[in-house]
Amino acid sequence: MGAYIVRRILITLVMLLAASVLGFGVMKLTPGNYFERLLLDPRVSPKTVEREIAKRGLDRPVYYQYGLWMRRLMRGDLGASFIHNRPVTDIIASRVLNTLVMNVLAIAITWLLAIPLGIYASVHQYRWSDKLLSGLSFIGMSLPGFFLALLLMWIFAGMLGILPAGGLTSIDHDQLSALGKLADYAAHLAIPVVVLAVGALASLQRITRGNMLEVLRQQYITTARAKGLPESRVIYRHALRNAINPLITIFGYEFATLFSGAALMEIILNYPGMGMLMYEAIQAKDEPMVMAGFMMGALMLLLGNLLADILLAVADPRISYQ
Amino acid sequence: MPEQMEMDADRLQPRPAGPWRLAWRQLRRHRLATWAGRVIVAMYLIMLFDGFLCPYHFDSQRRDHAYHPPSRLRFVDSDGHFHLRPFVYGSTYSFDPRTYERRWADDTSQVYPLKLLARGDSSTILLGTVTTHWHLYGVEEPGRLYLIGADYQGRDIFSRLIFAARVSLTIGLAGTAISMAIGMIIGGLSGYLGGVGDNLIQRVCELIMLIPGLYTLMILYNALPAGLSSVQVYFGVVVILAFIGWARLARVIRGMVLSIKASDYVTAARACGVSPWQIIVRHILPGTFSFAIVTASLSIPAYILGESGLSLIGMGIQDPTPSWGNMLQAAVNIAELTRHPWLLWPGAAIFVTVMAFNFLGDGVRDALDPRMRSE
Repeated sequence: MGAYIVRRILITLVMLLAASVLGFGVMKLTPGNYFERLLLDPRVSPKTVEREIAKRGLDRPVYYQYGLWMRRLMRGDLGASFIHNRPVTDIIASRVLNTLVMNVLAIAITWLLAIPLGIYASVHQYRWSDKLLSGLSFIGMSLPGFFLALLLMWIFAGMLGILPAGGLTSIDHDQLSALGKLADYAAHLAIPVVVLAVGALASLQRITRGNMLEVLRQQYITTARAKGLPESRVIYRHALRNAINPLITIFGYEFATLFSGAALMEIILNYPGMGMLMYEAIQAKDEPMVMAGFMMGALMLLLGNLLADILLAVADPRISYQ
Repeated sequence: MPEQMEMDADRLQPRPAGPWRLAWRQLRRHRLATWAGRVIVAMYLIMLFDGFLCPYHFDSQRRDHAYHPPSRLRFVDSDGHFHLRPFVYGSTYSFDPRTYERRWADDTSQVYPLKLLARGDSSTILLGTVTTHWHLYGVEEPGRLYLIGADYQGRDIFSRLIFAARVSLTIGLAGTAISMAIGMIIGGLSGYLGGVGDNLIQRVCELIMLIPGLYTLMILYNALPAGLSSVQVYFGVVVILAFIGWARLARVIRGMVLSIKASDYVTAARACGVSPWQIIVRHILPGTFSFAIVTASLSIPAYILGESGLSLIGMGIQDPTPSWGNMLQAAVNIAELTRHPWLLWPGAAIFVTVMAFNFLGDGVRDALDPRMRSE
C-alpha cells in the first residue's frame, strides 16, 4: 500500500506538470495580454504599458514565459495578480474559504439525506414512497442548477423578500453582532447550498438505492435473514457496508470539485468565491491568477482520485494494490 | 420433394428478430421513454418550422415595448360584445411617479384581431435554408402579440424561445457526434495498437479528464478570435465542448476494443490479411456501437447544459442570436426578474428538454443492455 501511494504521488506530479503545460498553452491561445488591453484607456501611456510588459517577460516567447513561471513556482511563488497587483496566494486565501464553506455544507447535506433516502427507497421498492422519491430524483437530476437557483431567487428573494439576492454579506454586515453576522451568512448561503445539494442528492439517492437493491438480492442476505437476525441488522450491518463501497469513488470526485465545482453558481449568484475569481481572471487574462486557479483545480482532481482509491482499498478488503 | 417442404417450413416460421429490432421493441415498452421520444420529436419539428410557428423574427424589436407583459387574448371587448375571433388590445404605458416603473394598460380603442396565416417579418425555417413571410398566426401591425412577454428590447420572448431551439437542440447532437467520432477513432486505435501508442493516448485522455472543465471551457472560449459570426461562434462552442468530452469515451471504447481484439473472428480477419484500418472500422468498432449509442443518448443533456451554462455567463452564443442560455442572462438580475418573471421561461425550456433526453437515454440504455431485457 505504501509503495502504491508513493508511485501514485509520483504519477500525480508528472500529470500536474503536463496539466500546467496544457493550461499555459491554452491560455496563451488568447491573443494579446492584460496590459495591452489597458492601452484602450487614454490615461495610460504606452510607455508604462511597455515597461509593465517587459517587467513580466510578456514580450518573450511562450516557452520562456513558461520557464519563468515554473522557476517561480518551484520557489513557492505563484506570482502577483495583474488586476489586483497583489500576490495571487493572498487573493486566493481571501476567497477560498467562501467556496469551501458553500461546498462542504452542500456535500454534508447531500450525504446526510441521500444515503438514508436511498436505503429507505430500496427497502420500500415499488411502494408509493419509492416511486415518489424516484420521480423527485428524476426531476432533480434534470433541473439545471442555474435554473433552480434563479427560480429560488425569484421566489425567496424577489417575491417573498425573505432571503438576500446573491452575494455573501449584506451592506450592513459589519455593524451586525456576531450572531447577526452568522445569520447573515446563513441567509446568503441558503440558496446556493440548497441548489448544489438538490442536484447531487437526486443522483446519489438513485445510486444508493440501486446499490442496495443489488446487494439485497445476494445470498448472504438471505442467509442472514434465515439465521433470524433482526431486519435492521441485516440492512444496516450486512447490506449497507457493501452497498456503500461504490459510493466512495463519488465521494472522491466531490472532494476533487470542492474548489471548482460550483463556479457557475458563484458567477450567477455573484458569490465571492474561487469560481467568481477565476471568471474575472480569465476574462481579463490575468495570467498568474488563471494558472494558479487552474493548477489548484487539477491538483484537487488528482488528490480526489487518489483519496478515492485509498479509501476504497481501506473499506473493501477484496481490493488491494501491490 | 423434401427440399421444397423445408423451404415452406422456413417460410412459416417467423423470422427471428435481430438485435436492433429487439432493442426497438424493448424501447417501445418503456412508457416514459416513449413519451420522452414523442416530446423530442415534437420539439425537433417545432425547431424545423420555427420561423413559421412564431409570430416574429427573433430580432424584431419595439424599443417602446421593453418588458411588455404577456398580451391577453380576449373574446369579449370593453363594451361586452362577444367576438368569435380572439383579439388583443393595443397597449399604453405610464410611469409610476414613485418608482419610475412602467405601468402597462390596455388601449381599448385599438383592437387587433388574431389572424391565422398572417404575413409578417421575413423569417427562416428548416434551419435557415428557406425564407418565409408567412406566420401561422399574428396580429396586424402596429399591434403586437406577446404570448409570454417581451424582453428589454421589446422582442417577443416566445418567438426567441422557439428560435433558440435551433441552438440547444442541435448542439447536443453535434457535440455528441464530434466527441463520439474522436472518441471511437482514438479509443479504437489505442486499444488496437497497444504498447507505447496505447500508453501515450491513455495518458493524454487522463490529462484531459483531470483538468478542471469549466475553467478550460472559459479559457478556450476567450481564445476564440474576435468578430466571429454567430454561426462560427456556435461551431466554436461545439468544438470546445467536444474537446472536453471525448476523453472519457475514448477510454471506455479502448477497454471494449481490447476485449473484442482477442476474439476469434478478429484473429481470422487478421489471418486473411485484412488491413488494420479495415479491421478496426469493419470488425471491431461495430461491436462497440450499442455502448456508443447508449453513451451518446446519455451525454446529449450534458452538451445542452454546457452550452446554456456558457451562454448564461456570456461565454457562448451572443445576442442577438437567441439561445436559451443567453436569454436567461436577463433573469440573473433579480430585481428585473421579480418585475418580469416571464424572463424565466427559457430555463423551463432547458429543463423540459434535458428531462426528455434523460428519460429517452434511460430507455435506450435499458433497451440495448441485454441484462435489462425483460422477455
